[in-house]
Amino acid sequence: MKEKVVEIISKYNGDRSRLMDILLDIHDWQGYVDDASVDVLASELGISAAEVNETISFYHFFSNKPRAKYNIYLNDSITACMRGRAQVEQAFENECGIKFGTVSADGVFGLYDTSCQGMNDQGPAAIINDLVFTNLTPYRVKALVDGMKEGKEIKDLVYEANGDGNNADPDMQVMVQNHIRKGGMLLDKNFEPYAVVNNMLKDKSPEDVIQIVQDSNLRGRGGAGFPTGLKWRFGRRVEGEHRVIICNADEGEPGTFKDRVMLTEFPELVFEGMAIAAYATGADIGLVYLRYEYRYMLDFLNRKLQEMRDANALGKDIGGIKDFNFDIRIQLGAGAYVCGEESALIESLEGKRGEPRDKPPFPVEKGYLDYPTIVNNVETLAATVKILQNGSEWFTSFGTKDSHGTKLLSVSGDCRFPGIYEVEWGTSIREVLQMCGAENVQAIQVGGPSGVLIGTRDIDHLNKTELMNWYKPSGMMTAEKFFDRKLSYSDLPTGGSMIIFNKDRNLLEEVVMNFMDFFIEESCGSCSTCRSLPQIMKEKLEKILSGAGVRQDIDDLLSWGKVIKVSRCGLGQTAANPILSSILNFRHLYEEHIQAMTDYDNTFDMEGLVKASCDFVGRKPVFHNS
Amino acid sequence: MSKKIIATTSLAGCFGCHMSILDIDERILQLIELVEFNKSPVDDIKKFTKQVDIGIIEGGCCNSENVEVLKYFRENCNILVSLGECAIMGGLPAMRNGIPVEECLQEAYLDGPTVSLNKEKILPNDPELPMILEKVFPCHEVVKVDYFLPGCPPRADLIWDALVALVTGNEMDLPYEVVKFD
Repeated sequence: MKEKVVEIISKYNGDRSRLMDILLDIHDWQGYVDDASVDVLASELGISAAEVNETISFYHFFSNKPRAKYNIYLNDSITACMRGRAQVEQAFENECGIKFGTVSADGVFGLYDTSCQGMNDQGPAAIINDLVFTNLTPYRVKALVDGMKEGKEIKDLVYEANGDGNNADPDMQVMVQNHIRKGGMLLDKNFEPYAVVNNMLKDKSPEDVIQIVQDSNLRGRGGAGFPTGLKWRFGRRVEGEHRVIICNADEGEPGTFKDRVMLTEFPELVFEGMAIAAYATGADIGLVYLRYEYRYMLDFLNRKLQEMRDANALGKDIGGIKDFNFDIRIQLGAGAYVCGEESALIESLEGKRGEPRDKPPFPVEKGYLDYPTIVNNVETLAATVKILQNGSEWFTSFGTKDSHGTKLLSVSGDCRFPGIYEVEWGTSIREVLQMCGAENVQAIQVGGPSGVLIGTRDIDHLNKTELMNWYKPSGMMTAEKFFDRKLSYSDLPTGGSMIIFNKDRNLLEEVVMNFMDFFIEESCGSCSTCRSLPQIMKEKLEKILSGAGVRQDIDDLLSWGKVIKVSRCGLGQTAANPILSSILNFRHLYEEHIQAMTDYDNTFDMEGLVKASCDFVGRKPVFHNS
Repeated sequence: MSKKIIATTSLAGCFGCHMSILDIDERILQLIELVEFNKSPVDDIKKFTKQVDIGIIEGGCCNSENVEVLKYFRENCNILVSLGECAIMGGLPAMRNGIPVEECLQEAYLDGPTVSLNKEKILPNDPELPMILEKVFPCHEVVKVDYFLPGCPPRADLIWDALVALVTGNEMDLPYEVVKFD
């Protein structure tokens, strides 16, 4: 047993920064990481057992207790809930005979809730032993569990056909569907892989490449919108023994699944973008941080990397350019939303808990193993290839005057055609709704739970300052004009997630509560604001929904929402957004629960609160009238 | 101008905040000029004898008696002030909030290393005793509280300034440096 752990460690040369891989291998071998293995890891890697344990406990897919032969991770994102998740959950519990959050006594089944898996357009989905099962219904759950009871291999349970495109590739063979509804410059099958790296780079200096990207005004597609060319320039400027290009493929924002589709259908484009970034910045280390939920792609992507090496688009003297050496390794995550934040991602790449770092220094100065590091989103990197191919002027001809190019939208929720839409920046919400066949729309969550909930009515009560704070629109909005808002960095920026809710949905009870649960679950716990306030605010919302709320409760939510902005990273700073933006845009939904006649209600129930202690000591409660 | 009437009490607190009130030192003589004390540990008046202007609460609520006293204060005071960490956030006693109350009692009376003399495994269950709440609550979650003075304890100067402001009706100067949460 010890030998096996030592063998795994030596596979990674006893490198502490590869702890994630080591733990993944131990999981593959025995399903969990036991205490004895922790001790071996600590002594062999020269770190404390606490450092090993804190890493294990941080990630959703790691465990220090035995897990099951079949581990079923059922997605609990909002769209899964809207598509019958409750019945599917019930079916799993009935068929397996256990509750969620437990492992069956015979060790055959383990049921776990899991945050968004990037399958919003085909949920409810479950990851079972690393394979994704989509569009689950109680009927299909029964078939699956019956198969597992017979002891079948999980890959033999993939029912019906594989998904479209590369999802059916021999190295993937999953039932995931791409659902590409509208293509564009990125989602374009007519392209020649590695043409830029192999043919074009040798005529350009790294400085030229940076200038072209800067002239294109390309901004980061992960959501924050930092100018890509500038980031590359900063990275190039900093001295370092090595420089690092990281592709952030940890798309964890509920409602986004565009990176999944990019990596399934256009991995060449993404990897080539990394090579271009490496040439421009002088980087020699390339890392893709792939979320664990997409592990089913790993073999396929590694094969693509090998093909790229064979084509001399990776490796040594790439594209015939002397001393242009760069290679890419794919690092799997293990289930943590916060690892999408670039400094947390880097911590995770170094084999630690994915807690965001204090900034400055920024990753471009001191990133992975303290080397200057450029972290770019999957879509950003893909766009750079097209920019190099066609020039910055071509690129700026798409979009609006402040937002150039296209954006991949992940559309899900109440519409006829959920999926991926590549649209030019400047496209209005109304156009998107028409494209995806959404009717009877009540609200749209733009940018995922950390974004904004916008809607069709009752926004006239907002004063201009409030609106400016939230959306920076060009002028006062009326409800009718609301859907004419345009996706752009100046009006309605987005990382690409759009979840649509029709008029039958209960926005507060279904949607906002689901999002708050998500933030509570995914907080890394480092900042007290993000650790505590989402829970406290959720309890306040529950109070309001129970009918006990008073006007002060709404004011409290708004003022506490400001406090949370002091959190260290974007996750914490935006963790109150589901409540804040729903108050701003749907205040009437709150007000209709508020008690009109009183300004104070604590819901304090003394009889209920003394029951447990009275029962324990064996006495009857006595109440005095004060 | 008639004197303002003040009442104070310590609920689930350590009396540190009351000690801090006494830390206003010789200004207590000035205070006596400005106010009259009613129910308070300072003068040992047990029951309100009249309606009071300002009630000052130290400590949160960990048992039924705390709740009753707090409600008694709310009924008899025009303005209620939460004084110090425990009243405002539950403070040190609230550290038990993450532990089920049964486990707390088990440890305190049956399992703890210092209870070996409790051979008959007696639990305090006399009906005269206050009943323990499942959790420790800050005062504003039990009754409406008008003002909060943070600190553990709040500095004497802060208490003094707040009292003077309340009594004279003037606005209080609260520079950033004086607001401390520990």
